[in-house]
Amino acid sequence: MTFAAGDDVVVSSREHTGHHRTPGYLKGRRGTALRAHDAFRNPETRAYGSDGLPKERLYLVSFALPGGDRVLADIFEHWLETAA
Amino acid sequence: MSHDHSHEPVTTAAEPPAAARVRALTDLLVEKGVVERDEIRRRIDWLVSRTPAHGARLVARAWVDPSYKERALDDARLAALELGLDPGESPQVIALENTDEVHHMVVCTLCSCYPKALLGPPPDWYKSLPYRSRAVSDPRGVLREFGLVVDEDVEVRVVDSTADMRYIVIPRRPPGTEELDEDALAGIVTRDSMIGVAEAVPPS
Repeated sequence: MTFAAGDDVVVSSREHTGHHRTPGYLKGRRGTALRAHDAFRNPETRAYGSDGLPKERLYLVSFALPGGDRVLADIFEHWLETAA
Repeated sequence: MSHDHSHEPVTTAAEPPAAARVRALTDLLVEKGVVERDEIRRRIDWLVSRTPAHGARLVARAWVDPSYKERALDDARLAALELGLDPGESPQVIALENTDEVHHMVVCTLCSCYPKALLGPPPDWYKSLPYRSRAVSDPRGVLREFGLVVDEDVEVRVVDSTADMRYIVIPRRPPGTEELDEDALAGIVTRDSMIGVAEAVPPS
């Protein structure tokens, strides 16, 4: 597990063609890992007939909204980078 | 496969394009032996047998049993099994507790991920583009349109279930419900309160 609860992370803003589960509005955004979920089959390969292995760790990540509210989203580990 | 039967829809109304697409895909998948019609029927029957009453039982137990609530916050799939509820096949579920400090609401901005095993099929608005896009940009505005005004000193947390996890909200237990037993409590837990766009309704 690369990230622990409390770690500051950034969602990768790399280009990606094809099915993936990282919402566009969060790409490039800085957030905080809240919880490490299990590892799951990778939807990016599973969508095209593969077994989706190796599994990728999923994290619940918190992002700030204006006014003190927050968005919590599930982001796969290979879309997260350590915040500088 | 024999073709002595019609593939026309059994309906008197004009078939919507999405329904025609589903029918064409179903016919192809059956013809190619990928799925059987009975399997599709079994899954549809399962889906329509799920209702918010299942999730409401989980919430009511969480209201009366703090240790059960902690287990549901950690793993609502196991918590559902404890009550004899069917938590569905693969997706994992966790519960989110609304309190006087924090209000959770759930969305899937990418499609319509939803804890169907505990809440039944999602409402149409949950799948709509306006809800999915505005929930994460103007959650308080969306909640106001549902008739729910969240106090300024309460933090709103919009949970975007974009992958394999599913989320069910444990709404705040309304005041004046101290005398209600677990079954009566389950009766005041609405679907919308478990999505987080409403409060549980106090008894009148």
